[in-house]
Amino acid sequence: MEIFLQQIVNGLVVGSVYALVALGYTMVYGILGLINFAHGDLVMVGALTALQTMMFLMGVAPGMSPIAMLTLSLLVAVPVCMLLAFTMERLAYRPLRNAPRLAPLITAIGVSFLLQTLAMIIWGRNYHTFPQLISTTPIQPIEGVFITPIQITIIIVSALMMAALVLLVTKTKLGRAMRATAENHRVAALMGVDTNMIIALTFVIGAALAAVAGVMFASNYGIAHYGMGFMPGLKAFTAAVLGGIGNLGGAMLGGVVLGLVESFGAGYIEHLTFGFLNSSYQDIFAFIILGLVLIFRPTGLLGERVSDRA
Amino acid sequence: MNELALAVPWLGKRNPQAARWLVIAIAIGAPLVAMMFGRTWVRVLDFALLYILLALGLNLVVGFAGLLDLGYIAFYAVGAYTAAFLASPHFDLHMPIWIVLPLAAFFAAMAGITLGFPVLRLRGDYLAIVTLGFGEIVRIFMNNLNYPINITNGPQGINSLDPIMLFGWDLSRNLQVTEELAVNSLFLYYYFFLACVVGSIIFIQRLQISRVGRAWAAMRDDELAAKAIGINTRNMKLLAFSLGATFGGVSGVLFGTFQGFVSPESFSLMESIAVLTMVVFGGMGNIAGAIVGAIILSALPEILRHLAVPVQQAVFGHVLLDPEVLRMLLLSLAMILMMLLRPAGLIPANAKYSHIRHLKAKGVTE
Repeated sequence: MEIFLQQIVNGLVVGSVYALVALGYTMVYGILGLINFAHGDLVMVGALTALQTMMFLMGVAPGMSPIAMLTLSLLVAVPVCMLLAFTMERLAYRPLRNAPRLAPLITAIGVSFLLQTLAMIIWGRNYHTFPQLISTTPIQPIEGVFITPIQITIIIVSALMMAALVLLVTKTKLGRAMRATAENHRVAALMGVDTNMIIALTFVIGAALAAVAGVMFASNYGIAHYGMGFMPGLKAFTAAVLGGIGNLGGAMLGGVVLGLVESFGAGYIEHLTFGFLNSSYQDIFAFIILGLVLIFRPTGLLGERVSDRA
Repeated sequence: MNELALAVPWLGKRNPQAARWLVIAIAIGAPLVAMMFGRTWVRVLDFALLYILLALGLNLVVGFAGLLDLGYIAFYAVGAYTAAFLASPHFDLHMPIWIVLPLAAFFAAMAGITLGFPVLRLRGDYLAIVTLGFGEIVRIFMNNLNYPINITNGPQGINSLDPIMLFGWDLSRNLQVTEELAVNSLFLYYYFFLACVVGSIIFIQRLQISRVGRAWAAMRDDELAAKAIGINTRNMKLLAFSLGATFGGVSGVLFGTFQGFVSPESFSLMESIAVLTMVVFGGMGNIAGAIVGAIILSALPEILRHLAVPVQQAVFGHVLLDPEVLRMLLLSLAMILMMLLRPAGLIPANAKYSHIRHLKAKGVTE
């Protein structure tokens, strides 16, 4: 029972990070029908930029409080990622908007590898220790179940950001323009929506979420390196598909479900396969889920879109 | 051959006959020229031929049938590991190449069908990401199947694979012609691989103009219409996956036995992307494109490796970008810029029904 509860806690923490990243995927997919492979790498850029900022701050003002330092580094990392996403959209994706659909997909893979390479050039290939500014000493709310303050922060921050995003999309004028563009570009443009700007903004908002997710992801594990974004990116995409791509609620639900499946899978796989497989197989769950969802329920848990878009 | 000859700059269109002889001369003479610069360059050429085989196989799947496969390297891995299991001290089996090669081709084809069946309904980007997942799953298993029963030897990989023996003739030994004159084993491998590539080219050319090839083209250009005129798209897709995989498997065997060593590291996502970039860069759906793409993108990093390090040392005093970084940079830029500037590739496919310009003009977006 304690293991069960513990896995729920772990699953929720990882799941909420996946959900944040998945939102970016799902928004871009909803509006352009493009899998932005490079979205996962924005997570990495966010984390490493924040790390760089923290290093700088520690040098300049060693006595600064951890919360202030974290906030300041987020204030640097988020705009950097937003700018990067804006540039990406403008230079790589916009010219290909009317190209055959294979072209933007291949470009997206290229952009993803380009970001990783650039990060490798700037920050090297090593794993960097990410300062754990929020305590990682576990507390026990229930006997035998451990949760760290950073994990609580992750859950709260993700929940707040998701709520803000939902409000933005459902209540504001900008959100309405986004939904209209996702529905139909040309009609939206005829109604006076600057669709180019809306698409760029979608990328930028997604990037902001990814940057925050990156910082939280790195502070949870205490490490950061150039390749750290790719796998979570793929998993976030899986989460988006699982929830029903193009659907904000679906992305959040998918993220949490995927996080839970993964942590239960990693926790119980050894018993289920009589010790033949172990927790090093953790990464296969996302891909298996992805395959199963696409085969049996291509619309995902909450989605209505058809999967046959190609 | 014709496609390749036509692609020769300045000569191909004007005098295809001469261009053809030129291509043949280059193919035969390349290792002799490379040898003048050192043995490593012959090795680079050997690897380039392996990449050509891989690119030709992936081109069947992506270029001919229009199925974007990002897990292609998994089939390469199946081939290489089959060779490692059947012909190495690891399980102490030493089967001859004539058994290993067909078996590996068979296993790879089976893997192709295993992947193909569940994803038959998927197209485009969904297909891409599921195949990517398949490749990753295969890699995770290769990496971890050393416990509790040691099958793949985990991340360490499997050592000392048996070399290729053709009719009692060991390709890994230098061929002693006379007392002083010996043909280096790298040359033997080169010509053996070249024979495989030429065989594949002839096979693929026949395939392209066959019913199957035309059915693939129809399916790629418009799946619904293809179905409507009676093409069994399910079988055609499975055939594309399994045939492409067979090529991957065969090149995997060649790679494993040539290198004498296999480990999961050689079969990462990066390699899948690299092969895809070769196909895209050269021109999808086009034999010459796949070959030219494979040669350029496998040789260029090696050339950079030998140029960039000394140049950087001379200019900056130390190495800023190491060769592996340069390779990644090159591949990613090739993908992005190619799509932006020349989406049909270096050598656009010139079959009437597959020309990207015709499709664009008709407003077909797939």
